[in-house]
Amino acid sequence: MPNTKNILIVGVGGQGILLASELVAKVALSKGYDVKQSEVHGMAQRGGSVSSNVRYGDVVYSPTIARGEADVLLSFELLESLRWLEYLSPRGVAIVNTQRIDPMPVASGKAEYPKNIEEKLQQKSHALYIIDGQRLAEQAGHIKAVNVALLGVLSTILEFDEKVWQTAIKNRVPAKTVDINFKAFNLGREAVSRN
Amino acid sequence: MKKLLSGNEAIARGAFEAGVDIAAAYPGTPSTEILENVATYKEIYAEWSVNEKVAFEVAFGAAVGGKRSLAAMKHVGVNVASDALMTASYTGINAGMVLISADDPGMHSSQNEQDNRYYAKFAQVPMLEPSSSQEAKDFTKLALEISELFDTVVMIRMSTRICHGKGVVQLEDRVPYMKKDYTKEPAKYVMIPGHARKRHVIVKARNAKLKEYVENVPVNIIEKGSSDIGIITSGVSYAYAREALPDASFLKLGMTNPLPINKIKSFVQDHQTVYVVEELEPFMEEQIEAAGLKVFGKDVLPDVGELSPELIRERILGVKTDVPQNGELPGRPPVMCAGCPHRAVFNALRKHRTTVSGDIGCYTLSTLPPLNTMDSCLCMGASIGMAQGFIRSMDKRKADRVVSVLGDSTFIHSGIPSLVNAVYNQAKITVVILDNRITAMTGHQENPGSGKTLLGDDVKPFDFEAVSRAIGAGYVRTVDPIDGMELDRVIGEAIEYQGTAVVIAKRPCVLVEPNQFPGIMKIDKELCTECKLCLRVGCPSISIHDGMVTIDQNLCFGCSLCQQVCPQDAIHRITS
Repeated sequence: MPNTKNILIVGVGGQGILLASELVAKVALSKGYDVKQSEVHGMAQRGGSVSSNVRYGDVVYSPTIARGEADVLLSFELLESLRWLEYLSPRGVAIVNTQRIDPMPVASGKAEYPKNIEEKLQQKSHALYIIDGQRLAEQAGHIKAVNVALLGVLSTILEFDEKVWQTAIKNRVPAKTVDINFKAFNLGREAVSRN
Repeated sequence: MKKLLSGNEAIARGAFEAGVDIAAAYPGTPSTEILENVATYKEIYAEWSVNEKVAFEVAFGAAVGGKRSLAAMKHVGVNVASDALMTASYTGINAGMVLISADDPGMHSSQNEQDNRYYAKFAQVPMLEPSSSQEAKDFTKLALEISELFDTVVMIRMSTRICHGKGVVQLEDRVPYMKKDYTKEPAKYVMIPGHARKRHVIVKARNAKLKEYVENVPVNIIEKGSSDIGIITSGVSYAYAREALPDASFLKLGMTNPLPINKIKSFVQDHQTVYVVEELEPFMEEQIEAAGLKVFGKDVLPDVGELSPELIRERILGVKTDVPQNGELPGRPPVMCAGCPHRAVFNALRKHRTTVSGDIGCYTLSTLPPLNTMDSCLCMGASIGMAQGFIRSMDKRKADRVVSVLGDSTFIHSGIPSLVNAVYNQAKITVVILDNRITAMTGHQENPGSGKTLLGDDVKPFDFEAVSRAIGAGYVRTVDPIDGMELDRVIGEAIEYQGTAVVIAKRPCVLVEPNQFPGIMKIDKELCTECKLCLRVGCPSISIHDGMVTIDQNLCFGCSLCQQVCPQDAIHRITS
């Protein structure tokens, strides 16, 4: 559907991708949109490649995003951003975390980690944000807050105001981590203005 | 109230709202979260059964006893339950019962992509196919009504994208179900041949009535569009096709067994070209063509893997999606976790040059490099039976070193009868039970070995050693897989043993007990000679960069397996 917004969130199992996409979906729902969110469980904890589709609009039918139609590609890992790049629309925005996680073929010396990833991303995205999510999360107070820091970046591109995001985060994360997550979220937002 | 729910959560909610009182399942992706969510409603008795057949029987017994029930399982689980299902169709129910079959087109986490819609036809039971979370909830309630209306189990066929996809669902309140009386009725519930012959006639009469009912059931909907292209579809395929073909007309079928043939006939007549859009097998297409109607289906769309809006657009409208290619990228296959207790066992089995008859669980990942250990994996529990075939057909040198490997939950699921068979038929095999105290692959569900039920009750843990001895295995040992020397010795002894040997490798899953080791491992760069033996254990925390081997401090749990294989004594434990 033409007015549907497509957000593809990708990375490696264990990086907090499913929580991030759940938050995006909840934010869209709270603004009255029809929402579909789709991911595949099962291998998520085993270090495999993970992708989650979030789509919102007046009416959303398909749970998955077609290649070339993602408005935003939010990638938690460099190699994965390249793997899913074909899903990004030519008018789309890529937000890419600088973390590198070697897959088994690379870790065992059987394959090479691709080079010049930034260049390739630059060529194929309308706008590109390269974000050191680890550093933002550490600044916020916990390395696990990378996903919320990256959501902070995403929030500057989407139409929803800060308050809605904060409510969604507050309702979802453990109470004692709310402050850290708010801080990570804000650092993500600030990172965009510096980028 | 509106809420964002996965299809699985919506099924659970539907069961709750419909007054279901009893639910049973065996975990299996993509179905697992159905029972996990049912268990959050305290009004419902929910259990992990030991396998899908038992789960079906528990739910069926509850329905016959007079309360509404639900059984949930993945598609291949229905194979296990099918013995019960085929005859439950003859007896019918008392209170309503719904069977959820969660299919996995594309095999995201399965050994095959069988299309379970055929089970509904085979067993002659009605079937509904939701295409969204809202429908998953609504259809669960409708299924229970149809179940009682026609005195039959009703099947709901889900697929991975519906199970795990989230969508907006309107919540309603629970309407408690008025328990039905149970009266003894052997002619209905005791399927001796004399009774079954009469029941089969009743099944046929029921089919005839269902064929009338399905013509007017409100979940079979026509959405009017252009008269050029008509689409007949169901389940997730509807969601894909609706997205891909906004101008077409749709006959969206919520109930697909039996098919509303008259409704389909008039829809086909009203449109110039009609496509049947369905994932996997031509289940509807063949029946529609058998009714003498001209439709397109598998001649344009694939009969393997998942469909997508993109694929439908390309095959039906001829619109190709032009996307740039990235070239070859290194794959990222799932791997056994760092610190996984199974890894040590496979390193030992590799050392002993065994033929490994494998099974279904996390440990199937030992098939992939660098472990490359498993020889076969067929279905739940097959490892022990197949090993008994291996030893009777392979050359003696290989036959003497056949080892079955299966997990704690898989052993309980369907390994036990096969172990009895091995002992009874004097099979000289070694059975290794990887006892990590939990059903790990599907996301850590309790099982008899873990000593907890789905509802959180503590029970006496299943005793693998006592059961193996009671079955009559001559050599039975429990070993800690992290004790490499002892594991090596025990596996060696078991292989030498001239009879059925059982080795229980017992240690909790590292994701359940992450702090079971005192500190993590580090490589002393001065002592490391880069022999790369530690890389061969296949731990994701160990990697090589520019010839230098390192252990990722954030990933290592400290299991020490790398230390045990290091010939230079260059790996040490650090505690901080």
